[in-house]
Amino acid sequence: MATVTYDHASRIYPGTERPAVDQLNLHIEDGEFLVLVGPSGCGKSTSLRMLAGLEDVNQGRIMIGDRDVTDVQPKDRDIAMVFQNYALYPHMTVADNMGFALKIAGTPKEEIRKRVEEAAKILDLSQYLDRKPKALSGGQRQRVAMGRAIVRQPQVFLMDEPLSNLDAKLRVQTRTQIASLQRRLGVTTVYVTHDQTEALTMGDRIAVLKDGLLQQVGTPREMYDTPNNVFVAGFIGSPAMNLGTYKIDNGVAQIGETRLPITRDAVAGLTDADNGQITIGFRPESLDIVSAAEPAALAVQVNIVEELGSDAYVYGTLKTGEGEQDVIVRVNPRSAPDKGEFINVAIKPGHEHVFSPSTGARLATI
Amino acid sequence: MQHTLQITAAKPDPALLSLPWDIPLEDWPTEVLAALPRGISRHVVRFVKLGDQVIAVKEIGETVAFSEYELLRQLSRTDVPSVEPVGVITGRKDKNGERLEAVLITRHLAFSLPYRSLFSQNLQPDTATRLIDALTVLMVRLHLIGFYWGDVSLSNTLFRRDAETFAAWLVDAETGQLHPQLSNGQRNYDIELARTNIIGELMDLQAGEFLDEEEDVIEIGNQLLRRYHELWDALHDVETFDAEETWRVATHIEYLNSLGFDIDELEMTTDIDGTTVMIQPKVVDAGHHSRRLMHLTGLDVQENQARRLLNDLESYRAATERQNDEIEFVAHDWLAGVFEPTIRAVPRELRKKLEPAQLFHEILDHRWFIAEQQQRDIPMSEVVESYVDNVLRNRPDEQAILGLLPEEAHLQD
Ligand SMILES: Nc1ncnc2c1ncn2[C@@H]1O[C@H](COP(=O)(O)OP(=O)(O)OP(=O)(O)O)[C@@H](O)[C@H]1O
Ligand SMILES: Nc1ncnc2c1ncn2[C@@H]1O[C@H](COP(=O)(O)OP(=O)(O)OP(=O)(O)O)[C@@H](O)[C@H]1O
Ligand SMILES: [Mg+2]
Ligand SMILES: [Mg+2]
Repeated sequence: MATVTYDHASRIYPGTERPAVDQLNLHIEDGEFLVLVGPSGCGKSTSLRMLAGLEDVNQGRIMIGDRDVTDVQPKDRDIAMVFQNYALYPHMTVADNMGFALKIAGTPKEEIRKRVEEAAKILDLSQYLDRKPKALSGGQRQRVAMGRAIVRQPQVFLMDEPLSNLDAKLRVQTRTQIASLQRRLGVTTVYVTHDQTEALTMGDRIAVLKDGLLQQVGTPREMYDTPNNVFVAGFIGSPAMNLGTYKIDNGVAQIGETRLPITRDAVAGLTDADNGQITIGFRPESLDIVSAAEPAALAVQVNIVEELGSDAYVYGTLKTGEGEQDVIVRVNPRSAPDKGEFINVAIKPGHEHVFSPSTGARLATI
Repeated sequence: MQHTLQITAAKPDPALLSLPWDIPLEDWPTEVLAALPRGISRHVVRFVKLGDQVIAVKEIGETVAFSEYELLRQLSRTDVPSVEPVGVITGRKDKNGERLEAVLITRHLAFSLPYRSLFSQNLQPDTATRLIDALTVLMVRLHLIGFYWGDVSLSNTLFRRDAETFAAWLVDAETGQLHPQLSNGQRNYDIELARTNIIGELMDLQAGEFLDEEEDVIEIGNQLLRRYHELWDALHDVETFDAEETWRVATHIEYLNSLGFDIDELEMTTDIDGTTVMIQPKVVDAGHHSRRLMHLTGLDVQENQARRLLNDLESYRAATERQNDEIEFVAHDWLAGVFEPTIRAVPRELRKKLEPAQLFHEILDHRWFIAEQQQRDIPMSEVVESYVDNVLRNRPDEQAILGLLPEEAHLQD
């Protein structure tokens, strides 16, 4: 088992100017489950493929443990791309399906059997080892595929959107299975997805990329509670954080008729480039329903109410003075307002996120 | 809710709408299915009769369906052999309104043989080797145009007879990526994966007792590695020779032609005092013989079939003493006077057993065989008659190997 380190690693595709991955610095701990997430084209697959040895590293280097693998061929890196190919062989037993790569590598028979049995135990496949794959369910077949990677005992597992092919229900199931399996095996894993919910539920830590640049890396909680910049704030969390840019005067932000005091530290972080403005974010669940008389009340006109059983979300419009802003408010489904109605909401004290409009960076918080 | 079936296709065929899209593919009625052999796959794949053609239908996630479709379209614009995409169907629902998986449709590749049916037919002992050679050429061709396959295997390849060898076609592009150029890492990963998959597939054939237990399947897999590097190196390496020996440029080009590749661009450099010349192919293109035959006759056939036909054209030219005529004219007369009459002489109902070019190739082989036997020159009409009666009648139908009855289609899963 091993750590993984990206050290100022860049990939510039031939014929392009801007690096697809730009000076990536990322250290992944031994046994950690790290998720690379970001919108399409942000460079997450390229980053993974650089680690796999499929993409040249143009600058910087990549280490697995203490070993610099920047120029090592894929097969010599001791990594496994899981789920890349998992067609099962119909005439071979489940055990042979799991162990055939070891047989090719010349591993002694007893050793193969031992590793296969260990893997089968973890994967809950022990009683199927001598059967043919035909007798297995879809989920079990997928576990056999996982078993193929496990018996090779690689240093690192790599997975690139492994669930994209599954329907929504199986995706949720498989994602929990992969996550718990990874924790039992303790193999360092790098996982790529564009789905932030998947990232939040699976990763020990999440690395958010945009335009080839690492935006932030941290635990799901850190990413959610203290996003480093406006991009991460808007990307992580579903429904997304409400974000708006407002006038600020003497430490008080002006949202339409409402005045919102901002902490001194945060205000101190603003510069001339911010032009007397500040970006404020608040999550749908960081809003309380209040009376119109409340000084911090923001009046929101309800456009749609989405009922999700335990929660309901109001999709509404807030008048900001300069114009209108779409906002999402989480409300109690038992007292959800009607379409067209006005509700008054206030940001829970200390639950606002403030950013510099010019740089997008988080301003020192409360 | 309104039923909104969506067909994405370059040329949507209205007949597609008549298929039972509201039934999971697995449960489609046997009347619409064509029982042709398939390779192993994770997704449900069925062959379906659509008018006078056969299509392959694969149930697969929507995003992947579209990306595979797009990739196959891009490949079909190159001349690398791959199955032809027909379209993607989304928005399927069953009778109760439950969502059904999207499907990717490709045209069934006629005369194609999945490797499993080749092995169950008891062919010559070196079949495996010849399949590997065909796959090697396909991989090199794909890599030359920047295609990273990501899941090379015998199952994801279709084989067609190509004179005495095979030609390989790409069938499953699900994991593929098209890049301007591949890194060595990508190529090596593809080859390594191919090796593992091929050995696995052959081990599976051994487990199923289709392939002799004694066959060294690991060695067959290793052979792919070796052949690939040999071919790749021949196409890319720098050749160095004495400045006096410039004829070696032509020899080297002929050598690459003989491997089936055209050199579209060659870089030639000399050392400072001009005593040594170095040449390196820059742009190479597979299909040397098939392109030449296409140019001369309009026949679109595989590389080794083309080689065989071109040889016959050359002998025809010599026999008719027309070495001084333009080859284009001779080719025209050969086509009208030799090739076409020969194929037409084969009874129509037997013609669908093999592709025309493959038929011609086998007839030439047969001519040689009976001429040896009888120690005389045999006229073509007689050769065809003998070939049809003694060889062709006994062969399976390969346009559509109907080894299975439609109701047995499930047996191959
Ligand atoms: N082979 C290539 N040649 C040139 N540019 C490329 C190549 N592969 C990717 N890119 C570009 O590099 C950037 C990052 O691509 P990458 O595939 O890593 O993104 P991604 O985050 O994985 O996106 P997706 O979620 O769409 O797969 C994109 O702008 C993409 O267009
Ligand atoms: N157009 C076609 N012409 C002939 N045969 C085809 C065609 N399309 C699919 N097949 C057959 O069906 C089999 C399965 O198709 P395919 O490989 O696309 O499925 P898959 O589920 O994506 O496979 P995998 O498990 O490798 O991802 C192939 O091995 C091939 O034998
Ligand atoms: Mg396949
Ligand atoms: Mg596939």
